[in-house]
Amino acid sequence: MQGPARLILILLLLSLCAAAALLWALVAGEFVIAPLTALSALFGQATGIGADIVLNLRLPRAVAVFACGGLLALAGALMQVLLRNPLADPYILGVSGGAAVGALLAMMFGLSAWLVDGAAFAGALGTMLLVFGLAHGDGSWTQTRLLLTGVVVAAGCGALVSLMLSLATDARVYSMLFWLMGDASSATRPWPALAVLGLALLAVAPLARDLNVLVRGEEGARALGVDVRRLRHVLYALASLLTAVSVTLIGSVGFVGLIVPHLLRLVIGNDQRVLLPACALAGGTLLVVADTAARTVLAPIQLPVGVLTALIGVPLFLFLLSRKLR
Amino acid sequence: MATGEILLEIDEVALRVGERWLCCAFSQQLRAGEVLVLLGPNGAGKSTLLRTLAGLAAPAAGQVRVAGRPLSDWPMRELARLRAYLPQQQPDLFPSSVLETVLVGRHPHLGRWGWEGGRDEAIARQALRETGMQDFASRDVQTLSGGERQRVAIAAVLAQQARLLLLDEPTNHLDLHHQITTLELLRERAGSGCAVVLVLHDINLAARVADHVVLFDGRGRVLAGSQDEVLRAEVLGEAFSQPMDCIDHGGRRVFVPR
Repeated sequence: MQGPARLILILLLLSLCAAAALLWALVAGEFVIAPLTALSALFGQATGIGADIVLNLRLPRAVAVFACGGLLALAGALMQVLLRNPLADPYILGVSGGAAVGALLAMMFGLSAWLVDGAAFAGALGTMLLVFGLAHGDGSWTQTRLLLTGVVVAAGCGALVSLMLSLATDARVYSMLFWLMGDASSATRPWPALAVLGLALLAVAPLARDLNVLVRGEEGARALGVDVRRLRHVLYALASLLTAVSVTLIGSVGFVGLIVPHLLRLVIGNDQRVLLPACALAGGTLLVVADTAARTVLAPIQLPVGVLTALIGVPLFLFLLSRKLR
Repeated sequence: MATGEILLEIDEVALRVGERWLCCAFSQQLRAGEVLVLLGPNGAGKSTLLRTLAGLAAPAAGQVRVAGRPLSDWPMRELARLRAYLPQQQPDLFPSSVLETVLVGRHPHLGRWGWEGGRDEAIARQALRETGMQDFASRDVQTLSGGERQRVAIAAVLAQQARLLLLDEPTNHLDLHHQITTLELLRERAGSGCAVVLVLHDINLAARVADHVVLFDGRGRVLAGSQDEVLRAEVLGEAFSQPMDCIDHGGRRVFVPR
C-alpha cells in the first residue's frame, strides 16, 4: 500500500497505541482506578475522588507528557533533516542548555514556579537567537557552521549550569537537579503545549516533500526547485521553538528526540510526510508509557522519566536494528 | 546539422571564485539535440560553470539564458521542470529505497500536497530500466556500490523529464561498460530533443560524445567551440600541462598522453 492510504493506516495504528498509553496513564498509580471509571470521568459522567484524581492530577500530567514527547520527537526529526546528521537531537544546538541556564538562574534567586518557567523559555529563545545570529555571521550558513556554533554554545551553557550548581545552597541544588533531569509532576497547564504540537504539524505538512528532497543534499534540492534557504530558516525556528516549549514544561528529558525518529525510520521509512506526524504520535506515546512506568514501578519512589525512556527505548531500538540488518 | 531550438545560451559569461578569475568572458550556444562537454584540469571551473548554468550560482559577468529567458527570471520550481542537474556527489545519510530515491526527480512536477502516483512510478521504473538498475528498485541505496549509486542518481535525473540535462561527472565510479552505455543513453536523450551538458575528465569519452567543447586551461582562459576546433592535441596539451598525441584509430581520434 502506498501514498495517503498508507499514511492514514499508520496514523490510525499509532493513534490506537497513543490512546491505550493515555488510558494506562489515567488508571495506573497508587490509587488504581477502573478503566471505565476513568473514561466516564473524562466525559464528565463520574464524580468522587477517583474522577477527581483522573481529571485534576493524572490527565494534565499525561497530556503534558504526551505533548512534550511529541514535540521532542518532531523537533528531533526536523533537526536531523536540518543538520542532515542522524545523530542530531533537539538539544544539540543548545536550546535546552539555554533553558537550563534561565531556569537555574531563576531558582537561585528563589523565584516562583511560573517565573522559573518564564526564565527557562526566555533562556531557550535567547540561545536560539544567539546561535542563529552567530552561525549566520557573514550570510553563509553551512550546516557545519551551524552545528559547531550550536554545540559550542551548548557547552557554554553546560559550564554555566555547573557553575550555578556549585554556588547554590544545598536545599536548592536538589530542586535544580530534579529540573535538569526532567520532571513532569509540576506540569499543570499542558494544553498550550498540545496546541503548539498541533500547529507545528499543520505547519510542516505542506513542507514535508521539500524535506524529503533536502535530506538528499542541498544542491540537488535547490536544483529541484526547493527554496533551501527559506526552508532551513523555517526548520530551525520550528525545531527550536518546539524544543523550547517542551523544555519549559517538563525540563530536558533526553533520548526521545533522538531515538523516536530513528525507531520509526526503521519501521516505516524516511518519507517525511509519514514520518513527521508519526513522530508526534509515537514520541508522545513513548513518553507517556515511560512517565507512567516512572511513577509506578518503584512507587512511592518516582524515577526521572528520562531513565525510563532510555530503559524502554534502547532494547526496542537495538531489536529493530538487528532485525533490519538480517 | 544544428536545427533544434536553442535551449541554452552562454552569453559573455565570466566566472570568479573569491579574487581568482576562473574564466574570462566567453559565449556558447546549445540547441536541442546537441551535447556540450566541459573539460579542463582540476579546479579550473568546470563544476562552477555547470552550477552557474543550472542557476545555482550567479556568473561574475554576462548572462545565461535557458529557452530564451535569463536564468534570473526563472522561478526555481518552473525551471526544475525544464532542466535537471546531477551534482558530483549524493550523500546518503538516511536509509531510502532506490525507487524512492528516483521518485525524488518527480518533485517539481507535483503540487504542494501531491503524492507520487502510478504515472510517476512508471516514469521512475522506466528510468531505472534505462540505467540497468530495474532489479534494484526495492534495495536500500545505502547498500549499493558507488557505481550503482551513481546510476540511481542518473535515473533520478532522467525521471525529472527535463529538456536540458546538466550532469557533473556522470561517469564517476562507473565501470568502463557503464561509462559507455551511460554516455550513449545521454546521446539518445539528445537525439530525442534534449540538450545535454556534461563535465567529463576523460578526453576520449568527450571525443566520443561531444558536439561542442568548452576547455578550461586552469589559468583563466577558456576555449569554446565545436569538437573539431577544441579537441586538438596541442591545445589539450597546453590546457592540461601534459603533452598529448592524437592517433587516428579507424577514423576515430584517440588522445594519449605523451
